[in-house]
Amino acid sequence: MVAMDYEPDAAGQESYILCADCGTVISSANGAGLCVGCLRNTVDITEGIPKEATLNFCRGCERFLSPPQTWVTAQPESRELLAICLKKIARPLMKVRLIDASFIWTEPHSRRIKIKVTIQKEVLANTVLQQTFELLLVVHTGQCPQCTRLAAKNTWKASVQVRQKVTHKRTFLWLEQLILKHNAHKDTININEKRDGLDFFYSERNNAIKMVEFLAGVVPVRSKASEQLISSDTHSNTSNYKFTYSVEIVPVCKDDLVCLPRNQARAWGNISPLTICSRVGNTVHLLDPMTLQQTDVTAPVYWRQPFDSLATVTDLVEFIVLDVEPSGPVRGKYVLADAQVTRSSSSNNNTDDDGMGDDGIFHTRTHLGGILQPGDTVLGYHLTNANFNNDAFDSFDQDRIPDVILVKKTYPNRRKKSKPRNWKLRSIAKEAEDVAEGGNTLGRGALGRKGGVDQRNVERDYELFLRDLEEDKEMRAAVNLYKANQEAKEADDEDDDVGMGETTKKSGSGMKGGKRRTGVNGGTGEMQVDEDMGEGTDADDEEEEDFPEIDINELLEHFEEMDMEDATEEVQ
Amino acid sequence: MAVRTQFENSTDIGVFSKLTNAYCLTALASSTNFYSVFESELSDVIPIVHTTIGGTRIVGRLTAGNRHGLLVPSTTTDQELQHLRNSLPPSVAIQRIEERLSALGNVIACNDYVALVHPDIDRETEEIIADTLKVEVFRQTVASNVLVGSYCALSNQGGLVHPKTSRSELDELSSLLQVPLVAGTVNRGSEVIGAGLVVNDWCAFTGLDTTATEISVIEATFRLQGQTSAAVINEMRDSLIDHYA
Repeated sequence: MVAMDYEPDAAGQESYILCADCGTVISSANGAGLCVGCLRNTVDITEGIPKEATLNFCRGCERFLSPPQTWVTAQPESRELLAICLKKIARPLMKVRLIDASFIWTEPHSRRIKIKVTIQKEVLANTVLQQTFELLLVVHTGQCPQCTRLAAKNTWKASVQVRQKVTHKRTFLWLEQLILKHNAHKDTININEKRDGLDFFYSERNNAIKMVEFLAGVVPVRSKASEQLISSDTHSNTSNYKFTYSVEIVPVCKDDLVCLPRNQARAWGNISPLTICSRVGNTVHLLDPMTLQQTDVTAPVYWRQPFDSLATVTDLVEFIVLDVEPSGPVRGKYVLADAQVTRSSSSNNNTDDDGMGDDGIFHTRTHLGGILQPGDTVLGYHLTNANFNNDAFDSFDQDRIPDVILVKKTYPNRRKKSKPRNWKLRSIAKEAEDVAEGGNTLGRGALGRKGGVDQRNVERDYELFLRDLEEDKEMRAAVNLYKANQEAKEADDEDDDVGMGETTKKSGSGMKGGKRRTGVNGGTGEMQVDEDMGEGTDADDEEEEDFPEIDINELLEHFEEMDMEDATEEVQ
Repeated sequence: MAVRTQFENSTDIGVFSKLTNAYCLTALASSTNFYSVFESELSDVIPIVHTTIGGTRIVGRLTAGNRHGLLVPSTTTDQELQHLRNSLPPSVAIQRIEERLSALGNVIACNDYVALVHPDIDRETEEIIADTLKVEVFRQTVASNVLVGSYCALSNQGGLVHPKTSRSELDELSSLLQVPLVAGTVNRGSEVIGAGLVVNDWCAFTGLDTTATEISVIEATFRLQGQTSAAVINEMRDSLIDHYA
């Protein structure tokens, strides 16, 4: 049932007046006292909104300028382009309500873009008018700053030249990993390999300064800033510079042998002048292996009186440990010990030739007492038959020079297995690989991108660097390691299992396996490592027990491959 | 006959003038243009008085009056009162009112017989209005606005009220006033009728913005079409003759 109520007031509520302009009868509900047509004639809500504007378009990269500074790629009649166009009248549009905006088709060659904009605005009390108008945008072609710079062959504004005057590349490989870990290469536009180092290029000066500060934070450096005037405008008093930051890294590297000048050694806690460099952070840590005395050399101190390394990693030779006896002092992970070593077989002939050793056995003190066991292979500097050209070394009391300075333990048997690593490193080159140089995948990381200065050296240095990472937990903690790809890892796991089985069989389980093994070695004498680099007769060689395996939990998923792997798993 | 004018670039002439059948008040302006417009229309018939009220020029909003009297607010000075007394015809009673709502022009709308007043006006004021102006007083609102003087203009011939006055309200008001009422606007859509229009029985002045349509509505409402003051006098004479015959 439909109730139809009579509402006497319904008609009475309505009141009609004549429109003030045209005299038509209108409801007085609108506050203006005018009919809609007259109101529209009197009030223009698009007043103050420009109907014409210009768009800047870069011919080189086909991008539009989105004020104030960004250049954006936008397809014709796309949302992005509409946004840029409306931004042109953004300020006047603040005062009205934007209802709709759409493109009106125009011939692309006309370089005109037309937009239909519908807006609403409250004109008088409680009276909202809606109006549509056309916005004409004239496309002005030009060049964006990037293209200008490209055209002028002036792509970078600041560069950081990192140099280290040493024969190997290990520092830069390490630096690359640090840069990746801290994402310090974020704003880098190009990286070039130069003799003795790398050049980093930046489009902004402050990015380069940031990089220099980052470098100063992680390695001991000396830096120098210089600038080159490109152009200057006397009218606006602005000038355009290129900035170059020269950063030189201290040429002393980890495991280097250093002989300090006498007075310097005195000043630094009267340390013995003959030291090895135990670590390089943002300071150089020098360690006297005879006394475990340590000293830190900061970059400014170093550059005041620079010293060079006496011998570097390439001069290390292998020794076999015959006996180790801790002699008491312990400092952190270093344990002072007396050791008897002999050179590995390959160089046994030499010991006889030089007539120095009666039996080729050397007695020395070492800081590696904590990790050395008889039978281990260790790398050290053989000073007896070394010939250094160094004033500090010459003035050093010859009687106090030991025959051998042991530096680090090594694992030659394990290495010979040529087992694939279950981890790998990222490289800047892969990240910043540009199309022009994309084909060249040789070289390692930022180094050797263009074939490198010396490809073979780079490969060797990279392998050494990877070994360093494996053997040094502290070093590993400072970089990101990633899981190697799936199949390789599985194969690796199998291998691991077998390996474990064998070791348990041979030497029992537990952490003290190494000790047990020494017993076996001493007992039988048959298992003595017969080290010969040339011949590969190591099928029955025993692996070193305390080889520093990298825990799988330490590894990160590889960013680049993660997506793909996930996808394939889903398909399966 | 409706005449457009403005007061020193303001079209709200009802603020600066008060027109009745017996006299006209205008504010003191820097030039006499405004005064002259009134003078050219009215000088032969009724006195036109230049005055201030309480030192201000908004005489139209502060005063209320008709043929019988003039009400001025308490802010009026003695000199102004004296000046008005001297200038107005003796038949017009002048009364100063102690009223909280001192803008009498805004709160009182009247012709020679009936007055609509603000609902909150004093009882005493109401009596004074009735006595001085010799009118029936009704407390009313116009289109739910309490400032009845601002939103309507009345003469003995008709009345123009706020455009949003509903038809039922129009009926109610015109039955009180006994004159036809029309909802309308002045000054091109302005709803403040009292500010934009002053009117008496034969003449109206509106703001300069008033459109032809609005003028025609005003002339039709107040029966000003084709009527000069002489014609009205003739008509009055005719009715007088009728009355005495």
